[in-house]
Amino acid sequence: MLTKRIIPCLDVTSGRVVKGISFVRLRDAGDPVELAALYDKEGADELVFLDITASSDERQIMVKVVERVSTEIFIPFTVGGGLRGIADLRCVLEAGADKVAINTAAVLDPALISEAAEKFGSQCIVIAIDAKRLEGEKSSSQEDSLALDQNSKWEVYTYGGRKPTGIDALKWSKRVVELGAGEIMLTSMDTDGQQTGYDLGLTRTISEAVSVPVIASGGAGTLAHLYEAIAVGKADAVLAASIFHYGIYSIHQAKVYLMERGIPMRL
Amino acid sequence: MIAIIDYGASNLRSISKAIAKIGYRCKVTSSPREVLEADIVILPGVGAAGEAMHRLQEWDLREPIQQIASENRPLLSVCLGLQLLFASTEEGGEGCLDILPGVVRKLPSGLKIPHMGWNQVKQKISHPLFWGIEDNAYFYFVHSYYVEPQDKSLIAGETDYGLSFSSVIIKGNLVATQFHPEKSGQWGLKMLQNFLEFITQRRNSS
Repeated sequence: MLTKRIIPCLDVTSGRVVKGISFVRLRDAGDPVELAALYDKEGADELVFLDITASSDERQIMVKVVERVSTEIFIPFTVGGGLRGIADLRCVLEAGADKVAINTAAVLDPALISEAAEKFGSQCIVIAIDAKRLEGEKSSSQEDSLALDQNSKWEVYTYGGRKPTGIDALKWSKRVVELGAGEIMLTSMDTDGQQTGYDLGLTRTISEAVSVPVIASGGAGTLAHLYEAIAVGKADAVLAASIFHYGIYSIHQAKVYLMERGIPMRL
Repeated sequence: MIAIIDYGASNLRSISKAIAKIGYRCKVTSSPREVLEADIVILPGVGAAGEAMHRLQEWDLREPIQQIASENRPLLSVCLGLQLLFASTEEGGEGCLDILPGVVRKLPSGLKIPHMGWNQVKQKISHPLFWGIEDNAYFYFVHSYYVEPQDKSLIAGETDYGLSFSSVIIKGNLVATQFHPEKSGQWGLKMLQNFLEFITQRRNSS
């Protein structure tokens, strides 16, 4: 049976993981490769590396990290953060990443999704969507079919959550799949970093609306949150950072917990 | 020499890194001559069938692969590489390698497509490829199409996703997997090692 996936997310800047201070078992908790190897050993199903600075001069540092990871780690991993165009995607994929996550660049130029899917295959194109629950007035300067309307519940944000786009997250998720996205990494800006649980309504709405797998992201604080995201939110995979980085739970503990509750897991 | 066929898709190199990890040397190449001279050939696969066949054709790699298969020389085909062994696919690729009779179909609707993630491989036969690997071990899949070989005796492994499909095909020295052994952690590396040891030992003893 296809299992649900648990995906730890590592934030990287200048070639170093910025979280993960409590890993006493690691010689160097800031080394992406060592942390990745630990997660792999614990049973992580995939890994995500987010380049959180991603200025062009730091891109090369990330490429070196990707190269090192790909010679040591033999589970799939995704690289995201500041990828602007085909050349950036090619660079990261050629260095050994299995998938690339694109957010802002896809919103600015949706044709990038289809071009990338044609060139590299849909299987490696992950569209990251940062969505924020709408409150009050739903106005949009967007004139096209993706614009927020009376029924819209979540708005797409770009530039790391700084810029509202006037785009409806549900409509956008369907569009990116039409254009060739192989997977959606869906982050709720309302719950991200709160450790109060994923936005289950958002996750379920998008997951049921698209044919491709959806990775729930933002808000995991307990193992019960992971369970809810899968059982209630219908997520195909759950992404989490803090609960694993700070050693609150190991991946293995999370998997045993979910398996005991009937979620198919690879142990 | 182990030759990994490069037909232009960008992330074909992960398999060479996995092979290096288990202690073998290999070369990523798109030279028809090097492919024909290799002791062991690997046809990796990601991306779209049409584009892949177009490149294999354009770079004169189609005939060398067919020749290697017809001479029963060691060939490992992975993921799309497995699907390309058939004559055509529902993905819209006509004129594929036509090495194995059968069809390539789209996975049934109703489930998430692509079939992406870790799923089990049920071993249908006993074979050195599976040595030291548990039955129903998990491997990493990402695909939207599956193969149906005409000759069911070639099916060495099966996987369930909406239906039961062939996830490992073995015909003599031809081994093909729908999953990515190079991305399937310890079992995947073990399978690559088994393939290479099985082939090289047979070579030494013959």
